[in-house]
Amino acid sequence: MARLKFLCDSDRCIECNACVTACKNEHEVPWGINRRRVVTLNDGRPGERSISMACMHCTDAPCAAVCPVSCFYGTADALVLHDKDLCIGCGYCFYACPFGAPQYPRIGNFGGRGKMDKCTYCAGGPQQDNTPVEYLQYGSNRIAEGKLPLCAEMCSTKALLAGDGDIIASIYRERVQQRGYGSGAWGWRTAYKQELSA
Amino acid sequence: MTAFPSAALAAMLAFGGTAMAQQQAPGLAAGAPEVQSAAPEVGAGRGGANGQQPEASERHSATGHPPGGDREAIAPRPPVPVAPITAPPPMTARGGADAAEAELQHALRGGVIQGMVSIPNQAAGILIQPEGRDWREFRTRILTIAGAVLVLGMLGLLALLYLWKGPQRIEAGRSGRSVERYGVLERVNHWMVASSFVLLGLTGLNITFGVHLLRPLLGPENFTALTLGSQAVHHFVAFPFTLGLLVMGAIWARDNLPTWVDVAWVKAGGPLAKGHPPAGRFNAAQKALYWFVLGGGLLAAASGFLLLAPAILDNISLLQVAHIVHAGMAMLMIAAILVHIYVGSIGAEGAFEAMATGRVDYNYAREHNGLWLEEKVQDAHRAAAASPAVARAAGAD
Ligand code: HEM
Ligand code: HEM
Ligand code: SF4
Ligand code: SF4
Repeated sequence: MARLKFLCDSDRCIECNACVTACKNEHEVPWGINRRRVVTLNDGRPGERSISMACMHCTDAPCAAVCPVSCFYGTADALVLHDKDLCIGCGYCFYACPFGAPQYPRIGNFGGRGKMDKCTYCAGGPQQDNTPVEYLQYGSNRIAEGKLPLCAEMCSTKALLAGDGDIIASIYRERVQQRGYGSGAWGWRTAYKQELSA
Repeated sequence: MTAFPSAALAAMLAFGGTAMAQQQAPGLAAGAPEVQSAAPEVGAGRGGANGQQPEASERHSATGHPPGGDREAIAPRPPVPVAPITAPPPMTARGGADAAEAELQHALRGGVIQGMVSIPNQAAGILIQPEGRDWREFRTRILTIAGAVLVLGMLGLLALLYLWKGPQRIEAGRSGRSVERYGVLERVNHWMVASSFVLLGLTGLNITFGVHLLRPLLGPENFTALTLGSQAVHHFVAFPFTLGLLVMGAIWARDNLPTWVDVAWVKAGGPLAKGHPPAGRFNAAQKALYWFVLGGGLLAAASGFLLLAPAILDNISLLQVAHIVHAGMAMLMIAAILVHIYVGSIGAEGAFEAMATGRVDYNYAREHNGLWLEEKVQDAHRAAAASPAVARAAGAD
């Protein structure tokens, strides 16, 4: 089985937000929730770079460790998915997640925040694959159709890579060798306890 | 005149209409119909066929020339820069950020890696927040272990104490006479605080330990249903609890101010003392409990409300702190209140009726709160001297 990961080559990302738009459209993500976002470091200053960030599907995922109802589960491809029917909207996964991936439909309201929503790696949820119920709760399930996440597919500069960790790491290394520079894989140290040096 | 053909085209577009221009366009394929499509003519819906085109503010702009003017013979020269512009260093030589290094640095010294986002939720500009790791450590280890040790340890200690010493009897035995200790407001308020605290404690402990204890028994669906319900209880019962704490703060603060009697009480050995060292309305242990639950309870309430309305802080690091304060305070309070519940129910003979009926046995009051009883008796004597009719109601009977 593969170990699916994301890798954003921040020397290529031009902050066009195609990945963000693709994700919102593919899964009909509600207003106010962004499963993926593009963060620009040093905006307008030397060394500016943009990184497309979503759930990294961590190894030893912090969100799963703190959930008081234990609604996360791992897939055979090492994705970190969750069951919205079990979530109580306590917000703990959001406190623990290093990448700010979990989102809530009703942040700031009294009482529950609603069911947590986050990037599924286009792999849906625990419901039957590609059923209307699954689509309503989690969006489309491209993995079950044998496809990779749409954000990476749509990336205009192929900065965002999705796929087996070893394969995308070797693609990235090859790029860095060809062009002679690269700032490394953002989030990999935090998410996978792995450093990607070229 | 180089400008002529395009000026003529502009005039054609503006006055002749595009439809006409299209029909007369040269280069139509042989045999092609004169009218190429059945679509209505441009402008047909806006005032008839080939109607006057709307006035443009810049009529000539379609061709891209300045209105009426001849083009400059020579293109304007770019200004000569004052300081020479040096070529940027090649990308390979820029060095700059290294992802793994930046993450390691932030993990070691704390602080978030912050950037800018173009969506309204500016909090999403935090790329990586390493504090989540410490909070996870607190939530999954420190809190569960310390909480279990505190709660179970305290229960065990109290059980041992009960088996070893048994309930503390009223030494002089019951006198059969009682004296009023708590008024209706004091009792109603105490039980409001007590019942809401028990509910808050049980529903809170379910958040902490339920996943280990109840989920395996109930199954995931039932456990979520239970937790959703108990979470709602926790959130709603927070209000009467906070209100009751404030009332406690208002009505009992004066009697709980520390005095020299308390120092003597502690020096004599406090609850372990031989005999009963004198105490006022509340002894030093009761006062300590009072100030602890008042301060700790208000701290737990404040941090709890901040967790309840995360938009107030809107800052993930501060929310983590609020949670740590809330959960830590909760465990300490539960341990302290366990002692209180023990003493107030089975630990000390004659204590419970103080909060149940509002009256305590005369001998209980003499032993536990002697100075307070003396004061009460003196008050009663004074009242009796003033008016004999009141004496029976206020004094001991
Ligand atoms: C007075 C106002 C209070 C408010 C507004 C409040 C609110 C909250 C909130 C919002 C949470 C987060 C979990 C969730 O959303 O369900 C929580 C957790 C918790 N509360 Fe409270 N609470 C209050 C008082 C108390 C008191 C008095 C206790 C102790 C007896 C307590 C014990 C706990 C515990 C143990 C947790 C779980 C901590 C954890 O395991 O992470 N709470 N509370
Ligand atoms: C749920 C079980 C509880 C029981 C059975 C209980 C019982 C009692 C009793 C019998 C007294 C009177 C003691 C005396 O005057 O000799 C008392 C007083 C008091 N209770 Fe409670 N109580 C409970 C919970 C609580 C809680 C949850 C709080 C606060 C968070 C609290 C705060 C107080 C305070 C401040 C006093 C007055 C000072 C003192 O006696 O320590 N009680 N309680
Ligand atoms: S990125 Fe956040 S939500 Fe995704 S697996 Fe890691 S901790 Fe969980
Ligand atoms: S918000 Fe939902 S998924 Fe996240 S920790 Fe709470 S119950 Fe679990």
